[in-house]
Amino acid sequence: MGGIPHDHYEPKSGIEKWVDGRLPVIGLLYNTLMIPTPKNLNWMWIWGIVLTFTLALQIATGVVLVMHYTPHVDLAFASVEHIMRNVNGGHMIRYFHMNGASLFFVAVYAHMFRGLYYGSYKAPREITWIIGMLIFLMMMGTGFLGYVLPWGQMSFHGTAVITGLFGAIPFIGESIQTWLLGASAVGQPALNRFFSLHYLLPFVIAGLVIVHIWAFHTTGNNNPTGVEVRRGSKEEAEKDTLPFWPYFVIKDLFALAVILAVFVAIVGFMPNFLGHPDNYIEANALVTPAHIVPEWYFLPFYAILRAFDNTVWVVMFADWISFGIIDAKFFGVLAMFGAIAVMALVPWLDTSSVRSGRYRPMFKWWFAILCVDFIVLMWAGAMPAEGIYPIIALIGATYWFAYFLVILPLLGVIEKPTTPPATIEDDFNAHYGSKAATDSSAASPAE
Amino acid sequence: MSNAEHDHATRRDFIYYATAGAGAVITGAAVWPLVNQMNPSADVLALASIRVDVSAVDPGMQLTVLWQGKPVFIRHRTGAEIQEAQAQDAEAASFIDGLARNENLAPTADALDANRVMPSPEGEAEAAWIVQMGVCTHLGCVPLGDGAGDFGGWFCPCHGSHYDLAGRIRKGPAPENLPVPPAAWVDATTIELG
Repeated sequence: MGGIPHDHYEPKSGIEKWVDGRLPVIGLLYNTLMIPTPKNLNWMWIWGIVLTFTLALQIATGVVLVMHYTPHVDLAFASVEHIMRNVNGGHMIRYFHMNGASLFFVAVYAHMFRGLYYGSYKAPREITWIIGMLIFLMMMGTGFLGYVLPWGQMSFHGTAVITGLFGAIPFIGESIQTWLLGASAVGQPALNRFFSLHYLLPFVIAGLVIVHIWAFHTTGNNNPTGVEVRRGSKEEAEKDTLPFWPYFVIKDLFALAVILAVFVAIVGFMPNFLGHPDNYIEANALVTPAHIVPEWYFLPFYAILRAFDNTVWVVMFADWISFGIIDAKFFGVLAMFGAIAVMALVPWLDTSSVRSGRYRPMFKWWFAILCVDFIVLMWAGAMPAEGIYPIIALIGATYWFAYFLVILPLLGVIEKPTTPPATIEDDFNAHYGSKAATDSSAASPAE
Repeated sequence: MSNAEHDHATRRDFIYYATAGAGAVITGAAVWPLVNQMNPSADVLALASIRVDVSAVDPGMQLTVLWQGKPVFIRHRTGAEIQEAQAQDAEAASFIDGLARNENLAPTADALDANRVMPSPEGEAEAAWIVQMGVCTHLGCVPLGDGAGDFGGWFCPCHGSHYDLAGRIRKGPAPENLPVPPAAWVDATTIELG
């Protein structure tokens, strides 16, 4: 795999030969685990393992929570309380699942911004990136659906707002919204189907994760220099890479242990820190919570949704040019999904021939502003839609689009990148000295 | 699948297309029930109308009732509120939504205060009662009432839409006035919705 020359699996024992002749699954696992991996990967390359672990955690805790949960408007809230109070260890399982969603998004944002900085989306890894964006969309869908299930105030009114997004589509929006909800308002049909889909989507994500891994195992990993592994011969490739097992697995597991220490501390000592107290009030259609806020991981995109009201000239212009079809409401929805779409299109928007941001002096600064922008949007999304906050959100949203649609295409033309090292080996030696390199280029230095 | 040796369509080409076409239609017919099952079921569609006793709603009070799963605001406006709402008619040119959105009137009715309110029962000030859906036309939150917002009517806390005393959208992202549902007086103190 990977077009990187390396030793392939050869069945040795009798049983291995027997299985391999019928189903080459051992070879598949071997080649997946032993894939040559650039040896200069830094600590930002740990998030894949964290994400895989979190997916498994969410599926495992989710499956057992379902054994005690009832998807009915009169019973859902009570059944969650039943989990919290009566089920053996139920409160911890639910807190792990609840905060697991946050861990998932912390990891996925780190993973995505890693990709954005080191140009991991660039040729030939576009499909890996696109699959990743699909996983991200599915994660947001799953996170939202799951948040509805406890049937608290935020669940209920959040559902009204999010399904209202589809209602904003001109002409057919209302039918779509009714179709999604199974009624003209949020109620039993919505809760029941959201439960079904919340159970389904994680398995779709698991399937996409396999495709994601397949894709980057075909192209090989990116690395902090963005320089490709040499593929001329096996010896050459081995100077640039180390097998994934044990070198990167152990490193990743160490990082996972550190992250889980923080995670378990949050689950154990402040499990509701990231939640909203309003969701411990049972859903009531007659009263909207004073301040509807989505979970923190949706806030940047929520801020973009809210930023475009009918006082913004772009919105007025869109309204005028489309004869009123694109009103402020639909524009906000388009902007929110557009903010994700421009990210998905970044492989074709970034015109620079240098892959890694490390060798792009101007890009570095614009990227740093993008990171700050993301945080600012997150903060603005949590604030009430009054006073200065919509203006801050509007500036943030504008920069988000400008970064992908204007700055990235232009930078490739006007920026003068510095020279990346010729090979991954050179980069490695520059950090660790050539002695380490000589050691590790031997077949098995640790043994 | 077309036959490369002949430049005109053969009988076999026709059979290929006919088979593929029939297959597509059958697949569609098989998938449609899986899609359609998500539309509102018969019991949900069964339109219910409800009667609301408003005898205890004094001027300046608001009643919120649930009708078809959605809140409905029934407000008994004070004299000052009526005057203020009617005075706002002067700014009709700047309204975000120029239509009354009143299901009891023609869809082309203007968003004047008179077209938004219910006819009053006998012996009561004209335009005292306003009945409207308590669902923000932006993304469906329930707006806050009792003089909230910049225009003294309703304010949606979710995304900052301001409605005036006649439920007209005046500021913020919501595109339309709060809709007025089918409503009529059954007797002097009872309103029927639906």
